[in-house]
Amino acid sequence: MTVFNLAIELAYWQQTVIRSILGLVAVLLPAGTLVYLYLFKMMSFMQSRLGPMEAGPYGSLQLLAEVGKFLQKEDLFPRAADRVVFKAAPFVVLASTFLLVLVLPAGPDAWFINIDTGVFLALAVSSISVIGILMAGWGSASKYSLIGGLRAAGQLVAYELPLVLAVMGVVIQAGTLNVQEIVLAQANGEIFGWGGIGNPFIITQFLGFMIFLVAIQAELTQPPFDMPVAESEIVTGYLTEYTGMRFLLFFIGEFATAGIFSALAATFFLGGWYIPGLDPTSNLFNLIGPLVLVGKMLLVSFLIFWFRFTYPRFREDQLQQLAWKVLVPLSLVNIVATGVLKVVF
Amino acid sequence: MALLIYQRETGLKTMSEFLRNWLTVLIFGGVGILLVSVFLGLGSLLRPSRDTPQKRINYESGVDPQGDMWSQANIRYYVFALMFVLFDVEAVFIFPWAARLEVYGLFGLVEMFIFIFILALGLLYAWRKRLLRWV
Repeated sequence: MTVFNLAIELAYWQQTVIRSILGLVAVLLPAGTLVYLYLFKMMSFMQSRLGPMEAGPYGSLQLLAEVGKFLQKEDLFPRAADRVVFKAAPFVVLASTFLLVLVLPAGPDAWFINIDTGVFLALAVSSISVIGILMAGWGSASKYSLIGGLRAAGQLVAYELPLVLAVMGVVIQAGTLNVQEIVLAQANGEIFGWGGIGNPFIITQFLGFMIFLVAIQAELTQPPFDMPVAESEIVTGYLTEYTGMRFLLFFIGEFATAGIFSALAATFFLGGWYIPGLDPTSNLFNLIGPLVLVGKMLLVSFLIFWFRFTYPRFREDQLQQLAWKVLVPLSLVNIVATGVLKVVF
Repeated sequence: MALLIYQRETGLKTMSEFLRNWLTVLIFGGVGILLVSVFLGLGSLLRPSRDTPQKRINYESGVDPQGDMWSQANIRYYVFALMFVLFDVEAVFIFPWAARLEVYGLFGLVEMFIFIFILALGLLYAWRKRLLRWV
């Protein structure tokens, strides 16, 4: 396929401009897709209603209408608020999302960055959003916001650990922290000498995958882990004092992060941009890799949203206990077991 | 056009390639901030601004807010934050080991088990001290 060898050498600034544009697409498009497909439509069907139907065919332009609505809303902030912190909070949350998308590879040569500490970077920048949420909670100078912000921080740090420790099993198996090489390790892997479908780590790291799924659900503060924004107790938690566009930006951040976390789960456990039966070094994957990755991302996020619509909310104490008493010990056991198996075999 | 981003890997990774990757990280942080600015700027062109003192009162279930907004919070969050630091530092140490386990072999395995065991004792201690219970 010579056509793809058009991939000529570009200057760094040209690459960066293209990457920035693709990064914007990679952040905003999955967020919009998830909200329309799952939050609007799937939830409606699960609750025996139609969901948005007016804006565009089957309500497909509803999101644009929502953005238009939020753009026209008055921008208010409380008199008592710490203005700088209050205004800076959405910037921090969105910047964290944009840093997170960087590590995702979408093909053998299609990546934003290709560094040897990719997994590390992803897990590090994913916790920056905690700071943004704490800033929102503290800066609003409202009691509901403060409680919500602290709950969110407590929850996010508690589930950060299972998230990090669950990935450790993948790192042990692949023997690298480079996300691209983790994908290749799954593509070239073998299951007891049979390499027909490679070795997607969901098979050997099933426990890790489950822990990772629960942890990202909690990291996204999605139900059943939505204590920080529990409307029956603390209005909307750290978002209480936010209006209009700033309010919407937090939601864009949340759903964009949902998409990226799902894509990360797909990359770590489902083989990323690779589909079995093809040569992983083939140039074809630069073209279809992004589509494969999006498909797998939609699969994982379907699970996330399915849980979201199915289970009732945890209590705050149950939530912390699940993290510390179940998930952290389980993921430590997973690391030990994976280590032993890796050395023995 | 999108295909142009697919740059072939050519030869050894050079130092400048390494630095450029990290420069891209910085630039992406900037793109995130730019996006928020664009959205807020667009909003400031479209939205009305009719400010009244009443609109600037904190929401407290519809009544006038009472007392200091920045009140004291539950100490338990502090305990959990401390435990988080403990285990997050553990994770920082395990990652390089996990990536190189094949090289270290049995020696590295036993070494890391001792490390994980000591930290698990810490978790067990907190558990026994009933710090993990919320109430």
